[in-house]
Amino acid sequence: MPTAGQRCVVIGIGNPDRGDDGVGRRVAQSLRGRLRPEVEILEHGGEAASLLACLEGVAAAYLIDACLSDAPAGTVQRFDVTQMPLPLDRFGFSSHAIGLAQGVELARVLDRLPARCVVYAVEAASVATGAGLSPPVAGAVEAVCEALQAEIQDRGAADD
Amino acid sequence: MATKTIKVDYLARVEGEGAFKVVMRNGKVRSAELSIFEPPRFFEAFLCGRAYSEVVDIAARICGICPVAYQMSAVHAMENALNVTVDGPLRALRRLLYCGEWIESHTLHIYMLHAPDFLGYDGVVDMAQDHGAAVTRGLALKKAGNEIVALLGGREIHPINVRVGGFYKIPSRRALARLAESLKKARDLALETVTWAAAFDFPDRERDYTFVALRHPDEYPYNEGRIVSNRGLDIATADYDAHFTETHVARSTALHSHLSDGGAYLVGPLARYNLNHDRLSPLAKEAAKACGLGASCRNPYRSIVVRAVEVLYACDEALRIIDSYEVPARPAVPVALRASVGFGATEAPRGLLWHRYRLAADGTIAEARIVPPTSQNQPSIEADLADFIEGSLDLPDEALRHLCEQTVRNYDPCISCATHFLRLDLERG
Repeated sequence: MPTAGQRCVVIGIGNPDRGDDGVGRRVAQSLRGRLRPEVEILEHGGEAASLLACLEGVAAAYLIDACLSDAPAGTVQRFDVTQMPLPLDRFGFSSHAIGLAQGVELARVLDRLPARCVVYAVEAASVATGAGLSPPVAGAVEAVCEALQAEIQDRGAADD
Repeated sequence: MATKTIKVDYLARVEGEGAFKVVMRNGKVRSAELSIFEPPRFFEAFLCGRAYSEVVDIAARICGICPVAYQMSAVHAMENALNVTVDGPLRALRRLLYCGEWIESHTLHIYMLHAPDFLGYDGVVDMAQDHGAAVTRGLALKKAGNEIVALLGGREIHPINVRVGGFYKIPSRRALARLAESLKKARDLALETVTWAAAFDFPDRERDYTFVALRHPDEYPYNEGRIVSNRGLDIATADYDAHFTETHVARSTALHSHLSDGGAYLVGPLARYNLNHDRLSPLAKEAAKACGLGASCRNPYRSIVVRAVEVLYACDEALRIIDSYEVPARPAVPVALRASVGFGATEAPRGLLWHRYRLAADGTIAEARIVPPTSQNQPSIEADLADFIEGSLDLPDEALRHLCEQTVRNYDPCISCATHFLRLDLERG
């Protein structure tokens, strides 16, 4: 078992009942069985305070969420949030009072941001209640999984 | 003639989508309107035709912050309809679950949404730069609430372990003992929270509210009690409709509630505290007294302190329940179906949450009504805005706008919750 200081978590964030907002969780589900066994895969609704609790004692965190910018639906963007904040306006549609971008910043201010912290953002087409993933977003799931797999396996190899 | 309008088109640090507009003319407030434009979600309509047993999990979906409240009012209404009594350790476990939600929800509001107003920050991230220790305390305290809900509800948000008649799965003594260790630490943090919040500067404003809350013979109210007010109201849950009315107003997708004489009233922590101070635990009572909160408090800005006292009470009560817990013989009592009507009212973190269901003989839901706390508080929020702002019209616009926002946030409004019940009338030819 990895010690607390080495823990690696993958957290798929979103609401599966709100269309493309569920993409993070779909990625997390698709990654099960595909990563080193010590990597913890979690699904999360996105509420910042409990998200911060998930980052306690974690050395590397990979977060996947939907976002809204002007990019075409299904576009995948990767942010190394240890280097710079998430652009707030693209992550502002959380149905919770405090969303992912503020959660990351709160973690930074409180010195709780994992040493490695990467956010994969998938451009949403629709966050309609009850809808599933739109075709372009569903089509991006495998690409995100492969990118994460490569990134996490490389990281593991580098650590060995 | 000077007309001034203070407007916020999108309220921050509240759950859901709302706005407000205050119009002043010649030094007087002409109108104060809270607009709720969160799209309606028609929960009551789509509960119809579902089985009685499904309501517990569907109602939990109304809110990500107070799902337990919706589950509890729904499950009690169903048990009322089906003449089922859930008592002893099963009742205690439900109360424990509710403690968890109060801790989670109140702590979120105190630290992450409301405290920045008092300490002069735009939000919790800015506040954390100067008050990191306080925010860390808030996060640890909230986590204890999450642990209760995760253990008893099966997961932290939208719990899935409650059923009509009891629970699906009962926690082990060992799991509860572990929880107690977290809660003892949380209780200390809650006590610190009371002291911390009580030291804020509060606008010196009061109103003579009609407070409405549940009242129970022995307990600070969660799941059960008569609906009472400080003006002599004392009714059974089933009689709610005879004493309250709901009306639609154009500016809100949430219905407005009034007493049947037309008066506004207030539900939530301030109402509960004023009507049930004598039911608090000795520790919570003592902490309230020590921080200068009397047995009654009509200053809504101090509701943040009352919330802190309620979090302390919830930690204390959770520990009492765990300490006296005896494993129930079975996780749920049997349920027999019948055509009936049932009522349930519980104290959500934001106040009285009333449900009514009519069931067909096979347990299918024929009619559903849900009255959430924020809809009941809308007229009081508007009255506060009108009243309090009038005394502060000499403030610069930005300060006045902030005071308005802070005033709305006194209520911890859960706008999403309030907007699922717009009536849909269909005329068919």
